[in-house]
Amino acid sequence: MSGSTGLLTEGQDLRIVGFLCNWCSYGGADTAGVARFEQPTDLRVIRVPCSGRIDPLFIARALLSGADGVLVSGCHPRDCHYAEGNFYARRRLEMLKQFLSVTGIDPERFHYTWVSASEGQRWQDVVTSFTERIRKLGPAPKMSGGTGYDEECLKEIAAAVSLGEQCPCHKEKA
Amino acid sequence: MQALAELKDQIRKALPELDVVIGWQQGYDALHTRPLFIRSEEDIDKLVVNEFCVVNPSSYLREMRGGKKVGLVLKGCDSRSVIQLIQEELLNKDDLTIFGFGCNGVLNHAKLQARFGDIGYIESAESDGNTVNLVVAGNKETAPFAELCAEKCLTCSYPNTLQCSHFAGEESDKKAEAAQDKALEEFEQLSMEERFAFWQDQMRRCIRCYACRNACPMCVCKDHCLANSRQPKWLSEDVDVQNNFMFQMIHVMHLTGRCVECGECERACPMDIPIMLLRRKMAGIVRDVFAYNAGTNAEDTSPLMRFEVEEPTIEERH
Ligand code: SF4
Ligand code: SF4
Repeated sequence: MSGSTGLLTEGQDLRIVGFLCNWCSYGGADTAGVARFEQPTDLRVIRVPCSGRIDPLFIARALLSGADGVLVSGCHPRDCHYAEGNFYARRRLEMLKQFLSVTGIDPERFHYTWVSASEGQRWQDVVTSFTERIRKLGPAPKMSGGTGYDEECLKEIAAAVSLGEQCPCHKEKA
Repeated sequence: MQALAELKDQIRKALPELDVVIGWQQGYDALHTRPLFIRSEEDIDKLVVNEFCVVNPSSYLREMRGGKKVGLVLKGCDSRSVIQLIQEELLNKDDLTIFGFGCNGVLNHAKLQARFGDIGYIESAESDGNTVNLVVAGNKETAPFAELCAEKCLTCSYPNTLQCSHFAGEESDKKAEAAQDKALEEFEQLSMEERFAFWQDQMRRCIRCYACRNACPMCVCKDHCLANSRQPKWLSEDVDVQNNFMFQMIHVMHLTGRCVECGECERACPMDIPIMLLRRKMAGIVRDVFAYNAGTNAEDTSPLMRFEVEEPTIEERH
């Protein structure tokens, strides 16, 4: 695998991965689209069933693979389709957010927030300002070894999302 | 040592009810101990408790299955991992008998080596928690404990075994030398770029032997570690910076709110990679945000397994 199979099409220069909850932010992005709000095109979306499904390792994986930014958006607290998924997510995401700095990956490259399905305008604001932020930060520093950011890595993250409880780590309790 | 005699006594009394008691015995020289599995009376006399009992005996628990009655001789820090596992229902409290004592801290071989050259010259070393008295190549030497001890002992606030069934000897009144980990504080003076470069260099040295994981008492997934999973494929077989760093992320994330900061991972690392910086950072965040110290109360619930509807300590992210 080489970085050349990357997602970047000509003229694009940012690699931003968005994890969007199916029940809200994914719809919010759709609403924004239907309303023809102008949106940056750098975002590569991975749809998740709930922000609670987001393993912080998905984000770590994207960042270590060389994504320039990762945006997570779920339902507002108290509005989770599954009642409490986003409450758990908030804690996990906050831990990752605060942890990143020690790895030397700028925590500004990761943002999490809440956007409901009806908030097309808010989605546009979120994604625009995040993209703007990443643009200012510039491309992420390169790992000095590894295969880097490519289609494969995103596919693997998406595959991991869909595995859920079949993931081997659920199989056995000590 | 008073505590040792008492410990042996307590173990002798409890042994008939137990399948095995795990502790330490003298290793190949004065500076090393190795694990001791006490199954019969004769084994009891091999038990030692000293400043080289570095290994956490509870790391061996995960190899044991099925309702065995196990006794454990544990330092304060070791007991935290057991308490955390009991809390997570990964261990059954009724199967365990914990023998506790007051610990004055353990010594770090790398620091001894840095100070005295080859540690083979060190004939003995004893510490009272303040001063270490050594005999090096026939000469008596003394050194402040803080300069030779394991890093974790500098910030330890739990020198006495927690929630144990038996306690031998006197409680240790050892105080933490510092609230914050100095190495981490210094590291955080570096810029983001410098930190990134630092980990690139460190991760290039990692040989992905997984010793850090295998020594970790909290890593309980055994053969189902994500690092070995092919589906999903988290890591490739390549031992390169990206994959090695990802492995560290896996370890840290899976231990968020669980890591008891025992330092076993870093101690076991054959490449001397300072991976405790990462664990310390995460444990510090958990303390700051959730006022939670892993492994100090079996009745508690780890912060990532619960939530508050309003989180006063988490800034709202817009
Ligand atoms: S023990 Fe050290 S060398 Fe081995 S996998 Fe862990 S960090 Fe890498
Ligand atoms: S990650 Fe390291 S410090 Fe934390 S519990 Fe495991 S071995 Fe101990």
